[in-house]
Amino acid sequence: AALKGALRLQVSAALKEGHVTPTELCQQCLSLIKSTKFLNAYVTVAEETALKQAEESEKRHRRGQPLGVLDGIPVAVKDNFNTAGIETTCASNMLKGYISPYNATVVQKLLDQGAVLLGKTNLDEFAMGSGSTDGIFGPVRNPWSYSRQYKGKSVPKSHSEDEESNWVITGGSSGGSAAAVSSFTCFAALGSDTGGSTRNPAAHCGVVGLKPTYGLISRHGLIPLVNSMDVPGILTRCVDDAAIVLGSLAGHDPKDSTTIQDNFKPFELPNLTDVSKLSIGIPKEYHAPGLSSEILALWSKAADLFKNAGAKVIEVSLPHTCYSIVCYHVLCTAEVASNMARFDGLEYGHRSDMNKSTESLYAATRREGFNDVVRGRILSGNFFLLKQNYENYFIKAQKVRRLIANDFVKVFRSGVDILLTPTTLSDAVPYMEFIKEDNRTRSAQDDILTQAANMAGLPAINVPTALSKRGLPVGLQFIGRSFQEKQLLTVAKWFEKQVKFPMIQLEEVKRHDRNVFQYQKSASFS
Amino acid sequence: AARGCGGLWRRAWQRGAGGPAPRGQRAVACNARGGAVPAGKSGLAPWVPVVGLEIHAQISSNSKLFSGSQVQFAAPPNSLVSFFDASLPGTLPVLNRRCVEAAVMTGLALNCIINKKSLFDRKHYFYADLPAGYQITQQRVPIAVNGSLSYSLCIDNKMSQMVTKTVRIKQIQLEQDSGKSLHDDTRSQTLVDLNRAGVGLMEVVMEPDMCCGEEAAAAVRELQLVLQTLGSSQAVMAEGQLRVDANVSVHRPGEPYGVRTEVKNINSIRFLAKAVDYEIQRQIEELENGGIILNETRAFDSKLGCTVPMRDKEGKQDYRFMPEPNLPPLILYDAKSLPANMNHQQVVNIDWIHERLPDLPSVKRAKLVEQYGILPEHSFALLNEDGLTEFFENVVKQTQMKPKKVVGWILNYLLSYLKQHSLTVKESPVSSFLLADLLNLLEKKEISSTAAKQVLAELWKGEGKTPLEIVREKKLELIQDEKELEQICQAVIDGQENE
Repeated sequence: AALKGALRLQVSAALKEGHVTPTELCQQCLSLIKSTKFLNAYVTVAEETALKQAEESEKRHRRGQPLGVLDGIPVAVKDNFNTAGIETTCASNMLKGYISPYNATVVQKLLDQGAVLLGKTNLDEFAMGSGSTDGIFGPVRNPWSYSRQYKGKSVPKSHSEDEESNWVITGGSSGGSAAAVSSFTCFAALGSDTGGSTRNPAAHCGVVGLKPTYGLISRHGLIPLVNSMDVPGILTRCVDDAAIVLGSLAGHDPKDSTTIQDNFKPFELPNLTDVSKLSIGIPKEYHAPGLSSEILALWSKAADLFKNAGAKVIEVSLPHTCYSIVCYHVLCTAEVASNMARFDGLEYGHRSDMNKSTESLYAATRREGFNDVVRGRILSGNFFLLKQNYENYFIKAQKVRRLIANDFVKVFRSGVDILLTPTTLSDAVPYMEFIKEDNRTRSAQDDILTQAANMAGLPAINVPTALSKRGLPVGLQFIGRSFQEKQLLTVAKWFEKQVKFPMIQLEEVKRHDRNVFQYQKSASFS
Repeated sequence: AARGCGGLWRRAWQRGAGGPAPRGQRAVACNARGGAVPAGKSGLAPWVPVVGLEIHAQISSNSKLFSGSQVQFAAPPNSLVSFFDASLPGTLPVLNRRCVEAAVMTGLALNCIINKKSLFDRKHYFYADLPAGYQITQQRVPIAVNGSLSYSLCIDNKMSQMVTKTVRIKQIQLEQDSGKSLHDDTRSQTLVDLNRAGVGLMEVVMEPDMCCGEEAAAAVRELQLVLQTLGSSQAVMAEGQLRVDANVSVHRPGEPYGVRTEVKNINSIRFLAKAVDYEIQRQIEELENGGIILNETRAFDSKLGCTVPMRDKEGKQDYRFMPEPNLPPLILYDAKSLPANMNHQQVVNIDWIHERLPDLPSVKRAKLVEQYGILPEHSFALLNEDGLTEFFENVVKQTQMKPKKVVGWILNYLLSYLKQHSLTVKESPVSSFLLADLLNLLEKKEISSTAAKQVLAELWKGEGKTPLEIVREKKLELIQDEKELEQICQAVIDGQENE
């Protein structure tokens, strides 16, 4: 009966004290998943295994020996992480029905700490997109579309039309995970973040979305988009929870040679009382074309908040930001072209019936297995990697990437602790609006404020900040120094406390379980 | 480094092994002396063949280059395949330290500069036995560069006239082996075995410093011995642990290199020499007949003894090289650069490996010559057979006979016996102990050398008799008692007189 709680502050304690059992919690989540099925947040619901895991957790709790804070906590995982025994599809025909024989390291770590895996969440095919609209399972609907806050403010039309044409996208590509956390069907979810795929939907769905430093969390078992930028992302309802999940996932993995060698020490976030020693940078280049006035206003309000609390707030410049999207496009498609080469229908995944020759089998398999977006990226990536183009595109893009990364190094070296930027250009747009533009245009626009952090490998977090005039969430992004997650999250937590982002008011959740509301405020950390 | 042998070939020069029948007996031997051959009777300027080699040596290691699966020859199909080897989505490469050490060792033995920082790249092409659609290799910065290998070969097949040559080693790169495709033409299907997929390879690139099959063969043989001595590769060609591709071209003296062809599918050193010589001859004939040489890949057909164009429907491939993003640069250390706080299990120290290099074949040969006073060519012969040097040394230890004489017995009699019966030294029914015994009898003049050969023939049967037993049984002792000899002689003379 603590569905809406935060891990650290409420649920974990409730579990520990026996106010709620892992099985109850799991069952509630499962039935909420069912009643919010129209959101299309989940691709696979692993009801049976989840209940079994909950049962095991319950035994541990009864013995008074839980495995940790996460023991018994229901979580969801984006469907581009391998999960042994549970289908892993990447929302692609290529992997439909594919059951991996192994768990991604992050999934294994969650399970090892007693988390209950509810299922796999929806995404854009192979995480290529910024709307969670381009997967074979159809688009994810933003839970806020059905919130009292949004409905109250949207232009009244006939009721049915309203529901069908006014619902807004979640952003992406981890839209399923963001929607799952936002609609209370799980307490934390894993996303992936290559150009903003965790922070973007987090902003649109009003949840916390953390993209850790590249190399802090293992990518082993994450089906790659861009290996040199991919990072498992964490979606939670509050910053403290993000820190808890981060603590349970971070650290060296012998199976991923790009993870840091040093030991990672999980941390608790202090309650910052004094921000006067902080230096907050406001990168002027993030005042990008297309930035809505509403978000701009919110951004400067946030800057004032820090200033008024005594922090040093200074405008800084990241001069190469404007080249970031073009550069990203080249590097991303090149790696995509390479990473997708393995999907040939021979070892696993979809295989075409065409068997005239090996080549025709490959061609048909890949044509049938991938959508236009994936195929388009494969084609452009291969173009950039051609011998005659390599210098002009790939090498140049790598050099620009270095310049972008150096921009951040310089700013942080100048004494700035944290950068504050918007996460998205605007609040979430209705699906009907969104699909007027193609995936490429959308991705280029939507990643603009987020993907420089991926280029530089830096940690960044979306913190839900306020509701827009339309009643939709708007988030701001904090970007920190490499491996300085503790500092980043501490500042984010302070900010979270100041802005008091409102809770989503969902009819479905209310209808589903009145107890949820009744208990969620009473359950608190002892 | 020496630039090739400068050997010149002419069409009409007829010496050596002889070519395949369809082309007439015109394949030519190499002018190993390195001198220019005067223009032929035709008056045409002779041809200069140029041969370079690309050699793939499978690294001898327990597990594969980037995964934990075992490396084993002839295991049941697809029994040694990890998730990574099958390129399951989400798997990542983890570099095998042993493979790195093997490559460093080999690089040092081949006088290379070891790059303290080398990089991995992806080379893309679609093939059924390449599950990821790319091979991880070292295209931009390989682990070792700019080395050399000295090898010797004999002139005109005479062991007594040996020359030493040097071939430059351009680079050694670490890369993954592919799986194996087995084409079933009757059922028109391809079966894929991924046991070999991901096994570590060292690609050794030899500069085009050779000029004939014999040189190429001698260079590869020397490399093979080096690898086996180091233990970095078992280098058995028949098991595919050593695979040689030859780049061959011919040109007129003073002119730029001709268009080259790449000859593949060479699976023994003997065939390497044949394939290269055939290809040189083919190119010369082609050019002399007014034809042109295509830059193509050709396969050596060992049954027909010739090279044939390989079907290459795709034409020229663009491999779309790209840095491998999942592997950080490979950093090697030496005593100077080794960081103090580094876990020594995690780093590869070049100096440490250097200090522990075993004696290389060239050094071993020099030592044999110096220590035992044997001829240099005999030292080659001893090293050429696995275990023969040890056999020789064991015999020497157990006998009073001079090593110079011992080596003669071993090379002339024992080795030819073994070769006749296709046995390895280890399988020899005559142990070093027995041979030493026999040679001691000879040395003490208890038997004649003719008798010794007879005893050796008996020993070969492996009936467990000692040389002395055989000598007694067959009454092969030399008679050393003067009186007895006198009596025998007298008897013979008397017999004569009576007639």
